[in-house]
Amino acid sequence: MQVPAPFEYERATSVDHALDLLAVLGPGARLLAGGHSLLPMMKLRLATPEYLIDLDGLAGELGYIREPGPDGLGDEIRIGALTRHRELLESELLAQRLAIFPDAERVIADPVVRNRGTIGGALCQADPSEDLSAVCAAVGARMVIRGLEGQRVVDMREFHRGPYRTAVDDGEMLVEIRVPIRPAGGSAYEKVGRRAGDWAVAAAAASVSIADGAIEQAGIALTAVGAGVTSAEAEQLLVGRAPSEGLFGAAAELAAAACSPVSDQRGSADYKRHAAGELARRALRRATGRALRAQA
Amino acid sequence: MTSTEPRPIGFGRLQRKEDARFIRGQGRFVDDITLPGMLHGAVLRSPVAHARIVSIDASAALAHPKVVAVLTGRDMEARNLAWMPTMSHDTQAVLATDKVRFQGQEVAFVIAEDRYSARDGLGLIDVEYDLLPAVVNARTALDSDQPVIRDDLTGKTDNHVFDWESGDRAATDRAFARAEVVVEQDMLYPRVHPAPMETCGAVADFDRVSGKLTLWCTSQAPHAHRTLYALACGLPEHMIRVISPDIGGGFGNKVPVYPGYLCAIVGSIVTGKPVKWTEDRSENLMSTGFARDYVMKGAIAGSRDGSITALRVDVIADHGAFNATAQPSKYPAGFFNVFTGSYDLEAAHCHVRGVYTNKAPGGVAYACSFRITEAVYLVERMVDCLARELGMDPAELRLKNFIAPEQFPYESKTGWVYDSGDYERAMRKALAIAGYDELRREQAERRDRGELMGIGIGFFTEAVGAGPRKHMDIMGLGMADGAALRVYPTGKAQLSISVQSQGQGHETTFAQIVAEELGIPPEDIDVVHGDTDTTPYGLGTYGSRSTPVSGAAAALVARKVRERARMVASAMLEVSPDDLVWSKGPPARWQVKGDPEQGVTIQDIAMAAHGSVELPEGVEPGLDAETVYNPPNLTFPFGAYICVVDIDPGTAQVTVRRFIAVDDCGTRINPIIIEGQVHGGLTDGVGMALMELIAFDEEGNCLGGSLMDYLIPTAIEVPDWETDFTVTPSPHHPFGAKGIGESATVGSPPAIVNAVVDALQPYGVRHIDMPCTPSRVWDAMRGQGTPPQ
Amino acid sequence: MHVTLMINGEEVSRVVEPRMLLVHFIRDELGLTGTHWGCDTSNCGTCVVLMDDEPVKSCTVLAATASGHEIRTVEGLEVDGVLDPVQQGFTEEHGLQCGFCTPGMMLTARWLLDRNPDPSEAEIREAISGQICRCTGYATIVRSIQWAAGRPRDETVDR
Repeated sequence: MQVPAPFEYERATSVDHALDLLAVLGPGARLLAGGHSLLPMMKLRLATPEYLIDLDGLAGELGYIREPGPDGLGDEIRIGALTRHRELLESELLAQRLAIFPDAERVIADPVVRNRGTIGGALCQADPSEDLSAVCAAVGARMVIRGLEGQRVVDMREFHRGPYRTAVDDGEMLVEIRVPIRPAGGSAYEKVGRRAGDWAVAAAAASVSIADGAIEQAGIALTAVGAGVTSAEAEQLLVGRAPSEGLFGAAAELAAAACSPVSDQRGSADYKRHAAGELARRALRRATGRALRAQA
Repeated sequence: MTSTEPRPIGFGRLQRKEDARFIRGQGRFVDDITLPGMLHGAVLRSPVAHARIVSIDASAALAHPKVVAVLTGRDMEARNLAWMPTMSHDTQAVLATDKVRFQGQEVAFVIAEDRYSARDGLGLIDVEYDLLPAVVNARTALDSDQPVIRDDLTGKTDNHVFDWESGDRAATDRAFARAEVVVEQDMLYPRVHPAPMETCGAVADFDRVSGKLTLWCTSQAPHAHRTLYALACGLPEHMIRVISPDIGGGFGNKVPVYPGYLCAIVGSIVTGKPVKWTEDRSENLMSTGFARDYVMKGAIAGSRDGSITALRVDVIADHGAFNATAQPSKYPAGFFNVFTGSYDLEAAHCHVRGVYTNKAPGGVAYACSFRITEAVYLVERMVDCLARELGMDPAELRLKNFIAPEQFPYESKTGWVYDSGDYERAMRKALAIAGYDELRREQAERRDRGELMGIGIGFFTEAVGAGPRKHMDIMGLGMADGAALRVYPTGKAQLSISVQSQGQGHETTFAQIVAEELGIPPEDIDVVHGDTDTTPYGLGTYGSRSTPVSGAAAALVARKVRERARMVASAMLEVSPDDLVWSKGPPARWQVKGDPEQGVTIQDIAMAAHGSVELPEGVEPGLDAETVYNPPNLTFPFGAYICVVDIDPGTAQVTVRRFIAVDDCGTRINPIIIEGQVHGGLTDGVGMALMELIAFDEEGNCLGGSLMDYLIPTAIEVPDWETDFTVTPSPHHPFGAKGIGESATVGSPPAIVNAVVDALQPYGVRHIDMPCTPSRVWDAMRGQGTPPQ
Repeated sequence: MHVTLMINGEEVSRVVEPRMLLVHFIRDELGLTGTHWGCDTSNCGTCVVLMDDEPVKSCTVLAATASGHEIRTVEGLEVDGVLDPVQQGFTEEHGLQCGFCTPGMMLTARWLLDRNPDPSEAEIREAISGQICRCTGYATIVRSIQWAAGRPRDETVDR
């Protein structure tokens, strides 16, 4: 089995401590969350940080799924960056209000990896085939990034900069994901892989909210097909219109046309584009169904 | 921990004896072995597929405080070990000297104090390569513009390995010329990999004082390996001990001798300490024995009434950079000429051309039964293609053309003598279990609704249990197997066998074989295997040969013991040996004819045999025997498989809904173990049919080098298997058994692919190559299917 | 650096490099070789152990991270000579052949049955879908776990 190159190790005892360490140790330091994105890369020596700052001790502080409450948090569900995939999968709250999360978690990696991997780790690794970036983009999530100077909140368009690149700068860390809750909202995730646990060949995330029989707001994002952070054109087509199969199909086509998949062992570019469209249609259909039931 | 079922003595449903250690995590695998002072080795591998080695600088590695030694090709050359013989009369580089010829080829060996430092040492070796163009496509490997890979072979001017043919070309041409219907189909059996869960490895311990080498190794053939090391290293064979401890799956991957083993041996000689080498998964996938990679052009001829008359096939066989396939020496394409299948043909002919490419060496592994997987895939796809052309039900077409039971022993058009078979019975049983007619009705209804459901049949006959010495040898070593049985005074026994287990349950089944013959309970029989110091010579476990060859040896040695026991019993009972008859009881015993009250069990006899009872003239004391079994023929297990798939029309994902397998392996030793073997092989089929592929890009970079890329089925992709059996004993095997180990891996891929093609009939799909991933299925649906790269 | 953790109910302490993976800590430092390894990419699952009662892939956890946590390996399933029902189930239902994936499978089974005493076949297959078996074809593993599901652990045994 392959093993990492040597590094120095620190355990963070709090978020502030982690930020101090980042400042002191400099760009040669990486944060270790669940470890299931970073450690495999380190074992293959594709990543060779000089220092690892282990956030394992912060699992309590940053592992939570909080519903909007009367204490002024507004209409947002707040998820700590170190919340494990398994917790997201099993959350009753998310199943009811943001079903796209359990949809996606059910098909992210495998049940054992989900015990350790975290949402923050996945989003910050920003692998082009990882699922939660599209999920967060579709639901309009905002990312809370903290540094020694303070905290800033960015939306996914700003957060997700491309493969393996996010808005988190040296010396900063992602601490929270905030997802707006809409009254008659529904969301869904659809994915095709070659096998259980496989990276996406293509996947689609959709989120809609319905008001007066029309789609008030829509979010569509695709995984692993070289799409933009969201499929803006497809989203715009949906807004203000009554949901229908025909509408889903038209929006899905726009989303598929706007992506740039690459042919590889997982599939041909043509197939990925086709699958992206098919999955976008299915995700929209399911999200809409959930929105209508939420309305009822 | 007891079952409520009675424990059989002899054949029957017996829980495995070896489970006791594995469920406690007390298995002893190669990487579990630690010896005092043991060092760790790691192999530096070529990052490129084809290049001259300009220079190797290991100075930085040697300067690492925990690195003890570094071996390069030059060091091996000084010991005449830079090259080693393969099992196919070729040579393979142990550590590269002039060139590297595949990505992943062994270039240097670092020996360090621990495995982490060994890995660090690899990064400190500087190798300069001069890139050469890579030969990646077997179809064009012989074109004049292709670089010559094996310029190490004197006079080699191309990438040709062999040409081989079988059957009657003229008769086949005539049959095709007069046939009413001819269907041609190109098909690829892609390169796949056995990928056992335990990778390959060895611990080499050379004792400088005694000169004895002890090698713990993931080897499916410890005796053959020992002989090969003696020939290659110049170490005297009696001073080499090869021990296969517990092995975490073999599937043919652990038959070849790998450079890493030799490096560990030389490392131990050089350092005077034990050296452990265990490969990581990428090394396993990129450099060890792959399987298949047969580019086939098939053609089938028949008449409109559904008689299959002839079959022919041309194959280009990709053997990688070194021909390291392990198969009997007179059979460069293994037993591929069993491609005539289960059908009574008028004529058949095959031609196989082997070529070199810049890929890993090997070709025989993953339950191939020496190319029988390729042969069965070819014939079963061609039969389905003919059925499609004729508009005939594929089950009906097969039933019409099966070799009939009264035709056995049956000599095929390529010279195989099939020992026994009752194909129709197995086929009808499978059809009944599947509810075939009901499935076809359901399919019609679903098709009307635009749903894609497919039903595929795969019927196979294998030729396993290699084999008769006069025809079959590997590196000149005949494929006979031995067995030695000792019965101790208290009636317990020890059986030593040539084959050893990588999970097949030999410690249980072989005890059952002896129990069946002698009436000693299996728990009183210790089965010893895997250690060349304590077991009789034999060629190892692969090609489903354990039961047909070693199993036969075990039965015959037990019968020898039984005959000696008769002599002792005659002395004990004071009767003539001819007045004794063996009764199976229970309890099994020699008893006096006409006076069954007078009898003695083996347990009674054992004490007397070792004791002071006066024995007849010429009968030695004790109750031991040895035998070497030279099989008179191969055995021919067969089976009928039916697969039901559903394909999502939108995403083209294939789901295996049901799989029905009726197997005939002759006499069945232990149904629990047989069922397990079948389940495992069926899963291999799902893997190969839907997701497994070792692919390369144009530069020869291996794209299947991790389990993230080389996909193996999980519990989600496979259904609950529906298995059943028929029993058609082998007439020449001592207890009629045929072997089961590879049957399901052989028979399932064509059943699944036939089902996929059947599902896609509304799209006019005639063939699709494996793996049937969603993307590839979708391409086929649009009429744009191509073989995988 | 110092790593101190509980393993099968006992506290152990060792000095190791920060980069040492938990699987190597268990196998090479502690000599508990029932936990295996079989890949480089966290796919195969032969390295699964229980960390704080949850299955994790020990090849993808640093020993340093595991410091302060409770680890249970296959060696900790049998207590005072009493086999865990999952161990019995795997024997009764032929849930293993080569035995290499078996420790991880049994530990995941134990976790599953502790939180879901009567799982459906689909739930069982889902629970073990992160672990590969090359030998059994999974049906007998499912049956083994179903066998154990009907038989609770002996709660009088001190674990």
